[in-house]
Amino acid sequence: MANPKLWGLKKSPWVFHVAAASCNNCDIEILDLITPHWDIERFGIVLVGSPRHADALLVTGVLNRKSLPRVLRVYEQTPKPCLVIGIGTCTCHTHMFERSYNVVGPYNKYLPVDVYIPGCPPKPEAMIMGVVKALKRL
Amino acid sequence: MDIVRILFSYIIFPGFIFSAIVGLFLTWIDRKVTARIHWRVGPPWFQPYADFLKLLLKETIIPEGSSKTLFLLGPLLGIISMSILAVMLFSMNFNPTSSFVGDVIVIVYLLALPPIGIIIGGSSSRNTLASVGASREMTQYFAYELPFLISLVIIILKAGGSIKFGEIVLAQQAQGPFLYSISGVIAAVVILLCIQAKLSFVPFDSPEAEQEIMCGPYIEYSGVALAIFKLARAMMLFLLPLFLISLLWGGFADWWAIPKFLLIIVLIVLIKNTNPRLRIDQALKSFWIGLGMLSIIGLVLAFYGL
Ligand code: SF4
Repeated sequence: MANPKLWGLKKSPWVFHVAAASCNNCDIEILDLITPHWDIERFGIVLVGSPRHADALLVTGVLNRKSLPRVLRVYEQTPKPCLVIGIGTCTCHTHMFERSYNVVGPYNKYLPVDVYIPGCPPKPEAMIMGVVKALKRL
Repeated sequence: MDIVRILFSYIIFPGFIFSAIVGLFLTWIDRKVTARIHWRVGPPWFQPYADFLKLLLKETIIPEGSSKTLFLLGPLLGIISMSILAVMLFSMNFNPTSSFVGDVIVIVYLLALPPIGIIIGGSSSRNTLASVGASREMTQYFAYELPFLISLVIIILKAGGSIKFGEIVLAQQAQGPFLYSISGVIAAVVILLCIQAKLSFVPFDSPEAEQEIMCGPYIEYSGVALAIFKLARAMMLFLLPLFLISLLWGGFADWWAIPKFLLIIVLIVLIKNTNPRLRIDQALKSFWIGLGMLSIIGLVLAFYGL
């Protein structure tokens, strides 16, 4: 409780899901998190529909020429402070799309990503652990 | 001395701060009961307070090209009218013979302010989805106002034609709550569904349908403005059931009010969780034709003293 700003942010991180051209597996695994089995509302995490309400952006998929400006725009629309959480191996580097003509490179060239969660797709447990690590680092 | 008392009652108890704290707690009850219905665990008790604190300390973005004054005025209307309503309800219930003139008509107008705030905010935020949400909110407001007003007329008839809030409460203390009669039950059902629509809870939540128009009018709000909107909603969740109890169930000046209040809250949450969302035209039809007819039947029954 020493720092109310940090306490509030840690106890209620609302996430917005930015699907930047993923293969959709990571997105389905993210939706698993809000099912009764994992229920991340226990930690105050809510999936919101507008980047204006978000405290954390869940980015999935590999950045390409079309999705890069959109992702940057969503990042600019999000009120700060906000976390960026990269879900899936696609966000860590360019994964199997390495040699594609369309791929513009990993996220950390363009965005300050706070935590990467590798896996193709990562397990829901791994995602919860990643978010906890990101929050602990604050 | 008097001015201090008036300020105290509007700002601290039972006005702004008290109803805000209780209202936020009730949103936790809402979320927890929803979670239990889904077989989930649900958030801890301090969750709404953490959300509110976090939103207060975040950046507030005013979208480019929107009308700045109207955009920031929208959220304020809701909490101002709800604070006044809290003071009126409490003073009328605990001191029904006082000279404080609070009549039902003033309350109808106070209850109209939060939707107006939402419409102003949504349509000034320069976003297509927000304006769709605002127009739906307007349609829904016109839809539920008709049966709501007719059932208020039922209550006024039963109170012997008095529109003063204190006299309605006194009449119930003299002849028993209005709820224990056929027309009283009809009025209670209609008002309960109107409360559902005023709170934009599920059968009537098309103005802010999260899955299709992403929270509708609130879509461009962030930080403090969003926190104030959420707070106004929480205060409504506290005050509207109290309004129902004091009009139909004998006022809330005794301890029996607490189980009655919790029963109404749980009923609202259950309706919310066991129904699909109505399209806006279906909502309009069910309010004007279904509930409108029901409340007219209630009016006729009340006229013959049933
Ligand atoms: S990490 Fe794997 S599952 Fe996730 S988007 Fe990339 S390819 Fe699909």
